[in-house]
Amino acid sequence: MMDILGMEFMRNALLAGLLASLACGVIGTLVVVNRQVFMAGGVAHTAYGGVGLAFFLGLPVLPCAVAFTVLAALAMAMASFGRAERSDSVVGIMWAAGMAIGIILMDITPGYNVDLMSYLFGSILAVPRGDIVFMAVLDAFILAVVFFWYKDFLALSFDMEFARSMGVPVRLLYALMQVLTAVTVIMVIQVAGLILVIALLTIPPMLAELFTNSLWKMMVLATLASLVFCLAGLAVSYHFDITSGASIIAMATGGYVLAWGAHSLRRLG
Amino acid sequence: MHSPDHTCPTCSGHEHTAVPGPRFHRLLAGGPVIEVSGVSFAYADREVLSDVTLSVGAGDFLAVIGPNGGGKTTLVKIILGLLRPERGTVRVLGADPAVVRPAVGYVPQHALVQPSFPVTVRDVVLLGLRRGNGFFSTRRWPGYSAQEKRKALDTLDMVDMSDLAGRRFDALSGGQKQRVLVARALISDPALLLFDEPTSNIDPQGKVCLFDLLSALSASITIVMVSHDLISASTRITSVAVVNNRLIQNRGRELTPTMLELIYGTHDATCPLDEYIRGMSSIFTAGGQRSAK
Repeated sequence: MMDILGMEFMRNALLAGLLASLACGVIGTLVVVNRQVFMAGGVAHTAYGGVGLAFFLGLPVLPCAVAFTVLAALAMAMASFGRAERSDSVVGIMWAAGMAIGIILMDITPGYNVDLMSYLFGSILAVPRGDIVFMAVLDAFILAVVFFWYKDFLALSFDMEFARSMGVPVRLLYALMQVLTAVTVIMVIQVAGLILVIALLTIPPMLAELFTNSLWKMMVLATLASLVFCLAGLAVSYHFDITSGASIIAMATGGYVLAWGAHSLRRLG
Repeated sequence: MHSPDHTCPTCSGHEHTAVPGPRFHRLLAGGPVIEVSGVSFAYADREVLSDVTLSVGAGDFLAVIGPNGGGKTTLVKIILGLLRPERGTVRVLGADPAVVRPAVGYVPQHALVQPSFPVTVRDVVLLGLRRGNGFFSTRRWPGYSAQEKRKALDTLDMVDMSDLAGRRFDALSGGQKQRVLVARALISDPALLLFDEPTSNIDPQGKVCLFDLLSALSASITIVMVSHDLISASTRITSVAVVNNRLIQNRGRELTPTMLELIYGTHDATCPLDEYIRGMSSIFTAGGQRSAK
């Protein structure tokens, strides 16, 4: 263990895992209870357009991808709000378009030689110190927003019609929720990659919901579960020399299956 | 109210005598609680309400009945101030509906809330507490005071659900969920309760329990309920209105042939509708006689 902590890239990886877990636990919970996993998938793939734009313009990838994805998430929120029967189609279009824009921009970027796979499958072992600071700032923003409007997010998620009758600004909060999802997605892309980001946003909250009876407890348990999966995945990745992002997701999936089995057995007993 | 041998798993079967009158908003004597005048509303090019006029007095228990798509829910949303009518005026408690929202308790169908959600019964009721207006109100702080938690339990007691306060909401039956949603609307001491299809997805015994509760509540609070469930409502209400694009109101509880024609279509003397109308009218009339206070 001390060997691992002695290496800066591993310390950065652990910090990145911690910060990503915090965001995934909190926002993943909102994504899961609002049944917005497909929307989060759309946001994640649209992020690829932001990555392509950053390379094309020669800008820092993380801030540029955040800005692009937040705008895309707002567009999705506006297009899908109150149109449940068509929201999946809107998300599907933006999902594909975001990916296409990213690929085209990378294709036409002169001298482009970045490893595309690192954005598809993540590279937690290569997260630089500057990105750790940026992730910490985003985490603080996410936690502050959810803390301050917790009751409204709870009301909106549980019963949107009643929340509206109570004067809760549901449209604004719905858009804010998509923005927070976009911010989280960008952050987690560093850790688990574009392809696997949905798993980290989904599996820990799904596991947490089995054992909790309130939204905030679900957020806390999902954060802890996500952190455990990140640490276990990193350890397995280090010892067996396998891709870290895939290793983390494998741990999460295994953990969820075990938890679901234990929960089912407890209910039967 | 409950018959002496009333038992069911939805509630403990006791009389709902715990419903306190003075707790709810006091109404000024005289003026109507709801006054809808000449209201029309359309979604895109489809007019769902046409020149609707409705008046609800203090202490009324009004059932608004109509077919699906007839404009019942739209009417509720207009009364709540969630939709603005294209023509006509709406006054609730003498003011614009959006202004008096804190004095109106809204009970949607339980089927519209998230079917699986990590929230306890007590926390659902606490969601009904009014918070400070404005996006940055300091009352948005997470958590509740001991006084608020006590009030939630007191309110759950009124609907006979305090024993299940710590249980997850999604573990309840349909009837129990609807009672919890009633408690959520009651916790802010409203002057008016608005129900949207309260008996949908509830078993027959649960409906009886729910209407027992509403009967008890109607002694101290004005209730408006939109429903397609004529028979369940018939014995408890004090007045009835039907809506199907247009609206006809009756100050009594009888459904006239004109009202039934509005719901079920053109009156053809040669079709069995005549008998149906007589049958339905007699149900309401008989119900009224049975439950006369």
